[in-house]
Amino acid sequence: MAKVPVQFTLNGSEKAEFIESGTTLLHALRDKIGDTSPKGGCHQGTCGACSVIIDGELRLSCLTLAETCSGADIKTTAGLAEGGVLHPLQRAFLDAFATQCGFCTPGMIMAAKVLLDRTPNPSREDVVEALSGNICRCTGYEPIVQAVLTAARANSQNAA
Amino acid sequence: MTLALQTFSSVKDANAALLAAGARYIGGGTLVVRAANEGDISVSSLVRVTDPGLSRIAVSGGKVRLGASVTMAAIARQPELATLAPAARAVGGPAIRNMATVGGNLFAPAPYGDFAVALLALDATVVTGDSEMPIETFLAGRDTSRAVVTAVGFSLPRAESFRFLKVSRVKPKGVSVLSIAALLQRAADGTVTAARIALGCMADRPIRARSAEKALLGCKLTPQEIAPALAAASQGIAPITDPIASAWYRAEVLPVHLGRLLSN
Repeated sequence: MAKVPVQFTLNGSEKAEFIESGTTLLHALRDKIGDTSPKGGCHQGTCGACSVIIDGELRLSCLTLAETCSGADIKTTAGLAEGGVLHPLQRAFLDAFATQCGFCTPGMIMAAKVLLDRTPNPSREDVVEALSGNICRCTGYEPIVQAVLTAARANSQNAA
Repeated sequence: MTLALQTFSSVKDANAALLAAGARYIGGGTLVVRAANEGDISVSSLVRVTDPGLSRIAVSGGKVRLGASVTMAAIARQPELATLAPAARAVGGPAIRNMATVGGNLFAPAPYGDFAVALLALDATVVTGDSEMPIETFLAGRDTSRAVVTAVGFSLPRAESFRFLKVSRVKPKGVSVLSIAALLQRAADGTVTAARIALGCMADRPIRARSAEKALLGCKLTPQEIAPALAAASQGIAPITDPIASAWYRAEVLPVHLGRLLSN
C-alpha cells in the first residue's frame, strides 16, 4: 500500500513522516517518530495511557488516525521538561509517590495538564473528573489526585 | 494495520465511497478505530468528511440542530444546551468526549450510546443527506443504514421537563448499567399530561418504555401514583448481559432507578 505523508508539530518541533494509511497516532509517535511517552494499554479507549494533547484538547492517540492530525499541534509528556528541569506536574508526581509502575503516568500527566491549563486552581472534584478517563492499577489514585493538587498550588504560588 | 483512510470534503462523495465493500464511516473514531484495533477484519477502509458544517451547533427559536460531527465535549460546554449537558457528560471520560460525536452515538451498541437515549426521549429527527426520519425509525434500521448521518434536530426541552440518569458502578466515569431519559409535560397542579421515556441497555439499542409512558398520564409524581408506571417499565425490555451486569440484574434495578428519576 502506498504510504501517505503526515506532518505536525510535536512538542514544538516540526515532524514529517511517511506512514501507512490508517496508522494510529500512537503507532506513528512510538514506532515512527520515537516518542515512547504515550503508552499503548488497551487500544480501546478505556485506559487513557495513550492520552496526548492535540490542539489544546485531550485525545486518545490509540483511537486517532495519524493522517487526521496533519497540521496539528501535538503535545506529549516527553516534551514537558525544559532544559532538564521537570515540569511542576512531573515534580509533584515524583514527590507524592504518584508513580509506581509508571505505565499510566504519562496519560495521567497529560489529562492533568489540560485541567491545569484551563483551571489553575481546581477543586478535588475537578481533579477526579479530569482523571476519570485514566486507569491506574497501582496507586489507588489518591497520591495522583494529591500530586495534581500540589502542582496546582505550586503553579499559583509561582504566578503570585 | 491495513486500513485505508479516504477523506472527502462533501457528504455526497463520501456516500458514494461508502458503497464499497468493507468501507465504514469514521467520525471521532471511538467506535470504528476501536473495532479495527480489536481485530475487526470487516473494516478495510475508512471514509471521513471534513465539511465544517457537520460540526455546527445551531440553536434558534427553541429548535436545536446538531451536526453529526459535534462532539460530546462541545455539547457539554454550550451554555444554551445546559439541559442536555448531563447526557453529554455521561459519555466516556474527558478524552473520549473530545472525540465522540453525536452521529457516532446513534450507532453505539449497548452498553454505549447514552446520548442517543436522550435524543430518543426528545423525539429527535435524524438527517441523512437529503432525507429526514424520526429517531425511532432510524434506530430500528441502523444496522443496514448506509447513508452518512449529517445532523440531528429536536426541540430544546425546558429544563424542568427533561430528566436524565445514568447508572454506573464506577464514578464518575463508568460504563452504563442502564440509562434513562424522560421528557415530561405537566399541568400546573403537577399532573403528567405527556410523557416520553427512553431506556439504554434494555435492548441492543435505545428503546422507549411505552407502557410506563401510558401509565404515567394523569399521575402526579408521588411514590404512590408512579407505582403502576414503574411496574409497567419492564414490559417489552430485553436487557443486555455483559461484564457490567446481567440482564436479570438490569431488569431488577430498572424500576428502582426510574422511580428515583421520576420522584426527584
